[in-house]
Amino acid sequence: MAEIQLKQVAKRFGEAWAVKPMDLTIHHGEFVALLGPSGCGKTTTLRMISGLEAVTGGRIYIDGKDVTWLSASQRDIAFVFQFFALYPQMTVRQNIVFPLESQGMKRAEIKRRLAEVVKMLRIEHLLGRRPGALSGGDKQRVALARSLVRRPACFLMDEPLGALDAEFREAMRAEIKRLHLAQNATTVYVTHDQVEAMAMGDRIVVMSAAVVQQVGTPAQVYHNPANLFVANFIGSPGMNLVPGKYADGVVHLHGGSTYSVPETWKPTLATTLHGDDVIVGFRPEAARVSNQGAVRATLYGADLHGSYTMLHVNLNGELRGLGAVSSEAGEDEIVHLRARREVVHTMGAQIQFDLAPELVRFFDPTTEAALVREVRA
Amino acid sequence: MASVTGAKRAFAETGPRSPVVESVRVDQVTTAARTGVTVRLIVAIVVACVMLIPVIWMAMTSIKARPDATASPPKVIFTPSLDGFIGLFTNRMQLSAGALATQQQRTDLSFWEKQALVRGMRILGPSKFVGQLRNSLIIAVMSTLLAVTLGLLAAYAFSRYDIPGKGDWLFFILSTRMLPPVVVTIPIFLMYRAVGLYDTHIGMVLLYAVFNLSFSVWLLKGFIDEIPIEYEEAALVDGYSRLQAFRKIVLPQSVTGLAATAVFCLIFAWNEYAFALMMTSEKARTAPPAIPATLGVGGIEWHVIAAGSLLFLIPVVIVTFALRRYLLRGVTFGAIRR
Repeated sequence: MAEIQLKQVAKRFGEAWAVKPMDLTIHHGEFVALLGPSGCGKTTTLRMISGLEAVTGGRIYIDGKDVTWLSASQRDIAFVFQFFALYPQMTVRQNIVFPLESQGMKRAEIKRRLAEVVKMLRIEHLLGRRPGALSGGDKQRVALARSLVRRPACFLMDEPLGALDAEFREAMRAEIKRLHLAQNATTVYVTHDQVEAMAMGDRIVVMSAAVVQQVGTPAQVYHNPANLFVANFIGSPGMNLVPGKYADGVVHLHGGSTYSVPETWKPTLATTLHGDDVIVGFRPEAARVSNQGAVRATLYGADLHGSYTMLHVNLNGELRGLGAVSSEAGEDEIVHLRARREVVHTMGAQIQFDLAPELVRFFDPTTEAALVREVRA
Repeated sequence: MASVTGAKRAFAETGPRSPVVESVRVDQVTTAARTGVTVRLIVAIVVACVMLIPVIWMAMTSIKARPDATASPPKVIFTPSLDGFIGLFTNRMQLSAGALATQQQRTDLSFWEKQALVRGMRILGPSKFVGQLRNSLIIAVMSTLLAVTLGLLAAYAFSRYDIPGKGDWLFFILSTRMLPPVVVTIPIFLMYRAVGLYDTHIGMVLLYAVFNLSFSVWLLKGFIDEIPIEYEEAALVDGYSRLQAFRKIVLPQSVTGLAATAVFCLIFAWNEYAFALMMTSEKARTAPPAIPATLGVGGIEWHVIAAGSLLFLIPVVIVTFALRRYLLRGVTFGAIRR
């Protein structure tokens, strides 16, 4: 267990920034997910924490101790690699005890530790095998066992489930979460899968283009995205972002419909907006499809997701022919709405919907940042 | 279509005669394709047999007696004899009729001495060939060890570190292979004479090691490049030093490459002729330049040369055969999925 602190940590490869100066504190026993598209700097950040990558600037502290220039082996961390990195020439048993042997630990203690992790991960039956003969899930269990056996101060995992088949991924996700709860060990977990990050992280650090976009709990990043990138990146599909013009408590949406801004938001929009351009953001589940809905759109697709139907509608245009969406006035403005599965809509039909006032968010198109409502006590 | 022949059309209608039970493309199961495979197989066997004739001929000659070996037309059926091997390993003396009679009375003669006596000769002692074979062995093994060890270290450095001018260095190393050895023999000969390496084991070991080094570096670099760096990083995180990670992780995984490289180096050093001829005379002479020099008193002793060549082939065949598993690069261990 440990607290990891990054102060203005940055990495440059030649002229290109891999990670722009960032601050982050990961608390004792916390599970933090670094989330972002590939190339956003999340793996570089993790490797800098581990010592496998030297920082360009800034300092890293583990439990208050400056480890910036300590080697990986001196930091008391465990690293789980995406491709497992199990030593192929060793058996599973040898792989697991390998980190202990470097410390010159006594035989009896090694044996005790081995038995403990092997039991925890239920891999007793694999000890004599070689990594090449294991399934993906089992390889990852062994890799986890190898990192657990040392009882390090913190765990760093680089997309540990990325190389697994879908069926193992679900199971291993639960397994890692269970281990984390049992060990209560500080864990930094890199992933590009937002579902994984949402499901596992106590907090999520969303990164893009070498910059931390938002740090928050899964609920925070989902419901209150800090900017357009986070709004779009989190959720599948991401948040609907519809540009419009704000005037006198009403947003004239791109496509002709008007949307009345909830009372609670009016002062914020009036004071913080630069100009009259605004982006209205809402998640598919914020839509309330009904005949009285104020926003009009044309349906061009609907897929059944089991318990609900996802409607894909165009705020701007008519449907012409089969599936072809034409735009008579400007570009298509496609949004996704979650609707009850019982209601069947025909293609090209006119759909009307309202938005749940508490689930609507507003963004400034020039700064791309979310507008923040002043909370009055 | 005009190009479709009758046979092809027939095949298209009926399909192959026997059911297809292996994974194969349709155009490979046509009657013509199947016949083609058979023809090619026969040609390959015939070519292989033709290629083997000199080797078989050599093996036969090595167990012929001298008159059989030089007979014209050549004898295919003959009585086997160990003359060639005796000639190779011993110095002998032609006995006079009287001496021969006395020798024939003796009962304490060894098997080999009796064999020599049949030809009217007495074995005086081991020939120089034994020593030359030993020289070959020492020089080939030592130079291989040296070339592979240095090659591994260099290859690891080239593979893992950012060395300034890496590409140029690698090209430079490779360029030592570009000119034929003959070109450099004279300068090396002069240098060796000057520094006292001429006709020494160390001189030959160094020479072959240097010559094999370029090959060894390039081959091993390829193997080490294929070992993912994550293994070493994992070991570093697990509390090992760079050197320990190399010894415990990289070394065991490069065994395949080491074996393959060693075989090639060994074969080169074992077979090398030109340098050995120039750089050695008595003390460090290896077998290759010595074998064809086995001229007898009464002309070329073909059966002795054949026996020497055959013996000389055997170690290389054994080593290659023993390490053939490593020579196939298909041995994938695969705990990393890529």
